Parts: sequence; C-alpha cells; structure tokens
Amino acid sequence: MSQGTAAHGSAAAHVHQAPTGFWKKYIFSVDHKVIGIQYWFLALAAVFVGMGLSLYMRLRLAWPSGEFPFFGGAQMTPEMYLALVTMHGTIMVFFVLTTAPQGGFGNYFLPIQIGAADMAFPVLNMLSFWVTFVAFVVMVAAFFVEGGAPIGSWVAYPPLSAIPSAGPGQGMGMNMWIISIAIFCLGALLGALNFIATTLDMRARGMSLMRMPMTCWVWFVTAVLGLLAFGVLLAAGILLLLDRTAGTSFFVPGGLVISEQLIDHKGGSPILWQHLFWFFGHPEVYIAILPGMGATSQILAVFSRKPVYGYRAMVMAMCGIGLLGFLVWGHHMFISGMSPYTSMVFSVLTLSIGVPSAIKTFNWIGTMWGGQIRFHAPMLYAIGFVSLFISGGLSGIFLGQPSLDLYLHDTYFVVAHFHLVMGVAAIFGMFAGTQYWFPKMFGKMMNETISKIHFWITFLGVYAIFMPMHYMGIVGHPRRYAETSGVDFLAPLQPMHVFISYAAMIVIGAQLLFLFNIIWSLAKGTKASDNPWEATTLEWSVPSPPPFDNFGGRVPVVYRGPYEYSRPGEAKDFVMQDEPMK
Amino acid sequence: MAELLTERQPAFATGGGGLPPSISDEINDGGTGLPPGTERRVYHTGMWLALIAISMFFIAFTSAYIVRSGLGDDWQALSLPPLLWLNTLVLLASSATLDATRRALLGGQRVACNRWLMATVILGAAFLFGQYRVWQDLAAAGVFLITNPSSSFFYLLTASHALHLLGGLAALGYISIEALRFRLGPAKRTLVEVTAIYWHFMDGLWIYIMLLLWLWR
Repeated sequence: MSQGTAAHGSAAAHVHQAPTGFWKKYIFSVDHKVIGIQYWFLALAAVFVGMGLSLYMRLRLAWPSGEFPFFGGAQMTPEMYLALVTMHGTIMVFFVLTTAPQGGFGNYFLPIQIGAADMAFPVLNMLSFWVTFVAFVVMVAAFFVEGGAPIGSWVAYPPLSAIPSAGPGQGMGMNMWIISIAIFCLGALLGALNFIATTLDMRARGMSLMRMPMTCWVWFVTAVLGLLAFGVLLAAGILLLLDRTAGTSFFVPGGLVISEQLIDHKGGSPILWQHLFWFFGHPEVYIAILPGMGATSQILAVFSRKPVYGYRAMVMAMCGIGLLGFLVWGHHMFISGMSPYTSMVFSVLTLSIGVPSAIKTFNWIGTMWGGQIRFHAPMLYAIGFVSLFISGGLSGIFLGQPSLDLYLHDTYFVVAHFHLVMGVAAIFGMFAGTQYWFPKMFGKMMNETISKIHFWITFLGVYAIFMPMHYMGIVGHPRRYAETSGVDFLAPLQPMHVFISYAAMIVIGAQLLFLFNIIWSLAKGTKASDNPWEATTLEWSVPSPPPFDNFGGRVPVVYRGPYEYSRPGEAKDFVMQDEPMK
Repeated sequence: MAELLTERQPAFATGGGGLPPSISDEINDGGTGLPPGTERRVYHTGMWLALIAISMFFIAFTSAYIVRSGLGDDWQALSLPPLLWLNTLVLLASSATLDATRRALLGGQRVACNRWLMATVILGAAFLFGQYRVWQDLAAAGVFLITNPSSSFFYLLTASHALHLLGGLAALGYISIEALRFRLGPAKRTLVEVTAIYWHFMDGLWIYIMLLLWLWR
C-alpha cells in the first residue's frame, strides 16, 4: 500500500520538478514518457529475438538436413524446432504485440493526448513495466535451463504442457514459461487498470470522450479487454502449474500413458484448458491489433488532410469488436470435438465480427477518399496496415466456418491467416506509430529514404512469405511439423518452402535497415519541429520531446474535436484541438 | 467535497496532538487543470477496476470448478469443516468494525477510530488463523490438495482468497501504523476508503466462495 501512497504523492505532483539522478530519470522513472520508451525498447529487443527464432525455423523447413550456427554443427532436432515455434509465438504475442502498441505508444501518448501531466498511477506504471521486464527475462531464461525451452507452442495445450516427462523442454522450461506468463499477467493487469483510470478521470477540460483521438479510444478499449482477459489466463496458469508440480488433475485425463509410463492423474480435461486459454486468447488478438487500428485511423486522417470518416461509427465499431472478441473463443476449438450446435453459435458470432471490421475498413478508405494525400513514410505504413488487415481478415471468414475450419485448422492456412492479420498488420501499425511519433519522442526526424526502402521491401516481402502459405494450407500441408520430406504428397511443396525462406531472410535483413534508421536518426537525424506533420492533437502542441510535465506548467484546455482538417474558412488546413473557437 | 474536508480538518487536529505541517489536504487543483476531487476519484476508480480484475480471476476458477465437477467419476463432495462458519462470522464482523472505523474517522472521533481499526485488524488476522486451522484439520483428516478434485478446488479457492485478504490486511496494517502515530489525517482518508471497499469486497467474495463450495458439491 505504500506504493499506492507514493503514487498518490506523485499523482498529485504534476507540478513537481523533474528528477535529476540517472536512476530516477532513466531507469526507475515514474514519468509515463520514459516508461513508454522503456516498453518500446523492450518490444524492439523482443521482436529481434522473436524474428531470429523464426529465421531458424525457416532454415530448418527449407533445408531439413542443413547444419546451422549455434547448433553445434549438428542438424536441428524436431524438438528444437518445436521449442523455436513455442518461443517465437510466445515472445511475439506477449512481449511484442501486447507490449509496444499499448505499453509503449499508449503510455507515452495517452496522457499527452488527453491533456494530462501523467498517468493516473505513475508508480504503478513503473511497476508494470519492470514486472513485464522480469517476465521477459524469465521467458528467455527458459532456453538455458535443463531440457531447454518448452515445446508445447504458445497455446500450451495440456496434456503435453502438464506432464514434465512429455518432452525435453516440458520440465523446468515449461515451469518457467508459466511463471513468466503469470508475471506478465500481473504487469498487464496493472497497466490496464492504469490506462482505464487515466482515460476516465484525467482528461483535460473540454476533452469529452467524443473529442478523444481514435488512438485514445483504442488504448481504452484494449485496456478493458486486458483487464477482463489477463485474470483468466493467470487463473488458468495457476491451475496448470498445480497440475505439473502438485499433482492435481484439473487438465490431465486419467489413464494417460507417456513413454510407456502410466501417468498418475485422473479425470481432468485438456479441453477445459482450451476454454480458459482461448477466453483470454481471442481478446488477446484484439489487444494486439486494436492499437494498430487506432494509429492507422489517426495517421490516415493526418496525411489525407481530412477528418476520420465516420468518427462515431469508428468508435462504435471498436467497442463492438471488443465486445464480440469475448464471445468467439470457441472458434479456436472447432476441431476439439465440440458439439455442432455450439460450433454454429461460435461461428455466427465470429462471422459477425466482419461487420465492425468492414465498417472500419470502409471508413479508412473513406478517410483517404478525395483527400490531399501526403505519402510520407508513416502514411505508407498505415496504408500497408489496411492492406494487410484486409488480406488477413478475409481468410478469417473461411476459418470462421466450422466445416472449412475442420480441414484448414491444422494447416499452413491458419499460419498465413493469423500472421497477416494479427502479426504483420499489427507490426505495420507499430512501424506506422514509430514513424509518426518518433519526432515527438526523440526530437529527431527519421530518415525518409531509408524508411521508404524499408517499407517496400517489408511490405512486398511479407506478402511473399505468407501468400504462398494459404495455398500450402489448402493443399493440406500441416503446420507445426519440423519436416515433411518423407510425405509424398507434400514433396512438390518443398520449393515453396525454399522460396518462403528466402523471402523471410530478405525481410529479416530489411529489419536491420529499420534498426539502422533508428540509430542513425537518433544520432544524426534532422531536428524535429513541434508539429512536423501539421497534426491537430495535443501532443503536437508541445515541444519535441515534451517537457517532464508534458505541458510545461500550462494547463491545456480543449475546444475542438481531434480531426479539424481542411475546414472551410480557416487560414491553415488544420486547427489544433486547444485552439479556442473564434 | 473540498469544503466538507476543510470543515472537518479541525476535528482531526484537536483529536490528538495536531497534524504535522507536512500533511496538507491534497485535494485541490494543484495546477493540473483537473477538477477538484480528481485525485480521490482516481483512487476509487482504480480500486473498482482492480476488483473487476480480481472478479475475473475468481470467475475463471468458478467455471473450472463447475466444469471439472461434471467430469469423470472421481469427484467426491467435500464436507465443509464447521469452523468455516465461525470464520465467516469473524470476517463479517471485521467488515462491520471497518465500517465503524471509517465512520469514526469521518466524524473525527480519533480514539474510537483507532479502537475500531485495531478490532478490524485482529478480526482479519483471526480469520486467516482460522483458515489455517481449517486446512490443518482437513490435512489431519487426510484431505489434501491432490486427494480429490473437490479438495483441490477447496484449497485453491480458500488459499487464493486468503492471499488476497492478506493484501488487505497489509493495507490495514499500514493504516494502523499511521493511526497509532497520529498521522491518519484527511489526506489519508482516501486510502482508508478504498481499503474499506476492498475489504468489504473480500467479505462478499468469501460468502460467494462459501456458497459455491456448499451448494455446488
């Protein structure tokens, strides 16, 4: 509770002086901007780890008998491949897709955009970052314990995940996976609580809910999803850990034989885990993608010099997606032997998510339609986001139908679907956000030429990687297998694996360009003005980077909506939110 | 609200030795442009949100409990140790004393406030001790975590509740120290209020767990 009191003190301390010591300023800072950057760098580190793992997976798939560095000159075992699948998925979903868009950009810009000096609970905010950091360290450490990383994939289905003897990484590695995820849940819950309280209670005068930028809306909805979902994952993780360590039988069925050993459990249900996991897991994919939608809406409006088309409809669609996101978890389990009636309910609800998604897509195009589009780098990534979201979303309509899903579920079709829609699209949202906000966060412009080269290689590259996977899936290529070279009907697909792997190598190589761009721009980038994009929201009314208390002692008052572009009768084609009415 | 507080402040000051100068009523604008009372409201909002998250945690356990009870033939209903009912009464009493604490604090009755607060801490600790005895009794009767799925859930639910209650007890402990050192000024009123909300919620949660264990066997 002393933390609460300290937070109390600092929450009231919007007029406090900035800390001067190194530790208080950069490491254990309670400033939401520093914490946002910390989250952002954590995600950056995590995304390179996750990408490195996927590179190894692609190498193994294209050249099954190849020998690769860091594997002691030996061929990669199928178990090692599964460990890579698990860790790639886990790190990407939790430490990249959940961390950067919400913890990173949300932390940095939510308070400024609503006109607050900080988050509602600054100390709690610091705590949530450091808890997340510890979770990441524990997760990566799973590689280095006896038996190595777990092999049960990021969904950790029992009984594989519940029985330590079920595989090489299922001992200590799996325990660490669960502990890391449990710690992550705590950090995510603290963060979600903070985001909601900040949005509800800390808005500046005049900042009504319907004057909030779209980004604030998505961070709010995402936080609500997080608040409701992570507690369930935490509970499920505790049950799983008890099954593993204490010998309970929540998820482990009776009569299970592993490696010719009868496992001493009875009566549990692996399907129970699937329900609990996906009750969290499906909202989680919206936690990953919604912030990207917000950044995209924002950027499309700024660079089309037009208001967001159908603002209210966009907000409603966002809330609709959030609500429906909690009612469709069963579509991940169509192949679990679920009753066809239940499947049908889940299917209808799943397909109905197409409605708000279509509203959003329509409105994005409507925002650009007839606008004076400025094709700066952030805009390219935002358009890329829309493209990838449509491409990835459409295959969801196939998978939402149980009869088709039964066939496609365990194939590369699903790999292609979710990578496009929640993986790459969300990453493009992050690229767009980075390009758009970098000048504000670091006071320097990113190099436009490098950004555009990076965009085109990545954009075309990810299509080259994931489009072929749809066809492989339709042919019936199963996912999660290290090797299918002995299977006759899949042999003709091997050149496709090689093609995809080459494309992956090029895309991964291009990310070094992104990294270089960041480092180069930080060091040598041209100085950013307060409002380089001529945008209207509050973060562009303060210096780049903003002072410690965001508004330099000034109290922002909001008079207008967030997207006053190209208003007839105005001298400029944009009017800031805090500019009084004439 | 702010006027109400300034009005009440002297009552605290005369209640016991006066307030140190560092304690001031933080409920004002503070140059933030936020409406008066935001500070307090934020803490209430935060607490309610935390309770929603905790509810989801226990809802997940509940759904697992209900599903698991219908699976297999290994579920044996657990007979609840009678001590649980006494513990329930103790916890209910602690909620009542905490509410008396809050009212005494509002009324500026410092001595009464401290007395009720101590009673709450003692009752809270007694509840936890009582729970510990319940686990001991069950263990003595050969009922352990892994004996049966129903006993697994019994230990799981009661231990999770106890852990959450321990958090509340820590907060009460902190408040007690502040109270005994005569530092429980108006600025700490929010802390007392949100702790009370949390504590009452834990009380309600316990009733819910009892009903679940009792009725869904």
